[in-house]
Amino acid sequence: MLISHKDVENVALLSRLELTVAEKEIYTRQLGDILKHFKTLGLVDTENVPPMVQVLPLKNVFREDWVGQHMSREDALSNCPDPEEGYFKVPRII
Amino acid sequence: MKGRRNQLSLFRLTAHELHDLLVKKEISAQELSESIFSRIGSVEDRIAAYITLTKERAFECARAVDRQIQNGGETSPLSGIPIALKDNICTGGVRTTAASKMLADFIPPYSATVVKKLDATGAVVTGKTNMDEFAMGSSTENSAFFPTKNPWNLERAPGGSSGGSAAAVASGEAVCALGSDTGGSIRQPASFCGVVGMKPTYGAVSRYGVIAYASSFDQVGPITKDVTDCALMLNAICGHDPLDSMSLKSDVPDYTSHLVNGVRGLKIGVPEEYMSTEMDSGVRAAVEKAMAMFGSLGATVDYATLPHSSYALPVYYIIAPAEASSNMARFDGVRYGAGAGDAEDVIDLFIKTRSRGFGPEVKRRIMLGTYALSAGYYDAYYLKAQKVRTLIKEDFDRAFLKFDLLLSPTTPCTAFRFGEKTDDPYQMYLTDVYTAPANLAGIPAITIPCGFAEGMPVGLQLMGRHQGEATLLRAAYTFEQNTDYHKCFPEIG
Repeated sequence: MLISHKDVENVALLSRLELTVAEKEIYTRQLGDILKHFKTLGLVDTENVPPMVQVLPLKNVFREDWVGQHMSREDALSNCPDPEEGYFKVPRII
Repeated sequence: MKGRRNQLSLFRLTAHELHDLLVKKEISAQELSESIFSRIGSVEDRIAAYITLTKERAFECARAVDRQIQNGGETSPLSGIPIALKDNICTGGVRTTAASKMLADFIPPYSATVVKKLDATGAVVTGKTNMDEFAMGSSTENSAFFPTKNPWNLERAPGGSSGGSAAAVASGEAVCALGSDTGGSIRQPASFCGVVGMKPTYGAVSRYGVIAYASSFDQVGPITKDVTDCALMLNAICGHDPLDSMSLKSDVPDYTSHLVNGVRGLKIGVPEEYMSTEMDSGVRAAVEKAMAMFGSLGATVDYATLPHSSYALPVYYIIAPAEASSNMARFDGVRYGAGAGDAEDVIDLFIKTRSRGFGPEVKRRIMLGTYALSAGYYDAYYLKAQKVRTLIKEDFDRAFLKFDLLLSPTTPCTAFRFGEKTDDPYQMYLTDVYTAPANLAGIPAITIPCGFAEGMPVGLQLMGRHQGEATLLRAAYTFEQNTDYHKCFPEIG
């Protein structure tokens, strides 16, 4: 088994997802099946092969530091589920 | 009116054919929109291509185009042409859901750069098309709302994730469409629905305002009825955008100038590793016929080798979910998307929002990606995959020293039945086997119809050098001029 029940619980926690008992069962099986297909990568010799960072030959993309159009506060908050007094509100943290 | 085209059949025509009629004033943009919306009215209940229709906005645009034509103004090739947009492309003031419950009520306060560019040409947006949730899937069965049907056979999937866009074009519910392609999400559905689809070079089209799935692969591109329309759409959407830091700075050529009927001297490679994998016999037959056709038209067709081909799918399905797990972190219930009013604390807000808002495939990919990036597994999965990605790109670089383009099937099978691949996620992933490599290498690729297998369309994929769209268009156009597959239109039962 490439991935255990406990691994799935841990990964769900890191992903901020809550799984039902049935979902844990399914994902443990499915993720295990998928990971099995990844084992083949172990066969590739990647000694001295640099990891890909990006496919474009772009380097240090700079631009002038100008003030462009910006969104109004009202627009920025227009999809916020629970705004208050012009701010995004989150539950109490401290 | 004398000489007027039968409005009822306008939905069968291409953008360039319709443009000619508009310029000659044989039809008006309003009549064209009426024809498309009447087609939508008669088949949409069976196809289900759209999540949202923008009829009012469309007619406003069409009337503006008509006024412009009446006043003798310049008419650009897409003026008045009804175009559908995949629902992960933000449209200011128009609901954009990415086919997720998470964004079921999301109304973007701004438009994607590609939308602004299309608006500027006078294109008429018909609506927002169905897709797999957040573009994760290959059949539209992962849409949180409903699956889209394949116009060629309503019991079969249209492919995905841009399945709504492909089905809309194939059924005449739009003249052209935009999709997005991360591992094949334009080409696979275009192939399943018998239309043309192109994934441009990574960086050729701005991603600004396109809801991100896997940022190092995501690319917007056209789905059209023929190659000429594909070139017209590329002319409209390509170009540098300072709002996308991975945007290429080179000038955009006039792609229509490369629509040349002739492939004499062109060197076409066929990756032997692709041809030696399992595929439907009907797909193989159609592709071999296409190889022979290119040969008879004067191209040199020979086998090419991409030695690391068999690793492309594992590499893609490690890196794409890893990037997705990071991109999906923005859906926390604070700034947009469905929140959770009953959350006890901030962590609980994240957990409740995400557990309720995401569907099964999105959760699966977030967890897969989180796993591949997590301590203890990073080196074995993510880092290893990025190294093999380098080798895959080098395979292409070597192949393109010898060949001008590479030819293959777009998918190993034709459109499958609903539910056929939903139980085993990897079986679904396998439909990307020939398409994902182009995303890994950042190169352009096009699919064009090349035949039928048991009544379902087969797609031919051509892959080109980095920024080699022109060569792809020339070869695809030549194939099209010498075949009739692009003229086939489904009878919707």
